[in-house]
Amino acid sequence: MTESPCVWVYAVADDAAPAFTGGQISVGGGAVRPLSAAGLTAIVGSVARSEFGEAALRQNLEDLEWLERTARAHHEVIETVAKEHPAVPMRLATVYSSDEAVAGMLRERAADLRQALTRLTGRSEWGVKAHVAMPDDSAAGQQPETDDPASGPGAAYLRRRRAQLTASQDARREAVASAQTVHEELDRLAASARLYPPQSPEIAGHSGSMVLNAAYLVAGDRAEEFGAAVTELAARHGALQLTLTGPWPAYSFVGQDVTEDAG
Amino acid sequence: MSEVPSATARYHPAIREERVALVDLLDRVLAGGVVIIGDVTLSIADVDLVTVSLRALVTSVSALVEGADVSQENS
Repeated sequence: MTESPCVWVYAVADDAAPAFTGGQISVGGGAVRPLSAAGLTAIVGSVARSEFGEAALRQNLEDLEWLERTARAHHEVIETVAKEHPAVPMRLATVYSSDEAVAGMLRERAADLRQALTRLTGRSEWGVKAHVAMPDDSAAGQQPETDDPASGPGAAYLRRRRAQLTASQDARREAVASAQTVHEELDRLAASARLYPPQSPEIAGHSGSMVLNAAYLVAGDRAEEFGAAVTELAARHGALQLTLTGPWPAYSFVGQDVTEDAG
Repeated sequence: MSEVPSATARYHPAIREERVALVDLLDRVLAGGVVIIGDVTLSIADVDLVTVSLRALVTSVSALVEGADVSQENS
């Protein structure tokens, strides 16, 4: 290997970030280190060009196992940093050709990065997903048979099937309306909110369809209130299964498309 | 999030997932985070990346993802 390595950027913290030594896990297995310029500190690691150069990266991103390993390592380092300091996470696969290039980016983007750091300071991201609680098929099957025997078993089956479908459509409608209420109430407790597209049932490994996939940026001193609100909303909306994830590093609230609410 | 910070560990264990699901993580690292165009990232850190990776996900649904979810629930 005579090629010079590339530089993977995990996150940017303010100048107060200490010399970060990191844990055992990193993208590509190399050391994680701080790189300072313009009063900001990028958390970076050297990665092999043969695996993380542009052509290799494109190919590797199509490999789910590679993608998972890399995404988890990226996240692990960011989370370790973000526990101690406000840190702006970089999107996966932000790779530079040299330390000098990273320093140049810090100088060029210093104002934006500082603004993002200010927005995140003292706040955490929480994820809330809602699935339709599926109507119990076995209960529908237990409806008493009141069919006229003359109409035959085929007609009875069709009637039962129609009742099941109606129940399932009603459940979905109710769930969508409930999800809207849940989102509005949680948004009120959050500084910002972001809606992601629903995850498909196959990928999410969940049977009911997803009707809410949201992220909320919540002040540290409101985190408990936020968690309690999720619990309370889950109890109030039986048509939904709510899942709370987090706290996350503020991945969802560092882009330019983020708008600030009150709170 | 295999290590849950102690300050938040007490929240609502009944509806709280203790380990990061890959699909939640990919939502964030592929569609969130700061996007900076430069060097190697020039043509990687745009929308194209999300498309590429979601295609990888969708076409590989199968045992890898589902297996991971089952083991999370049991651990």
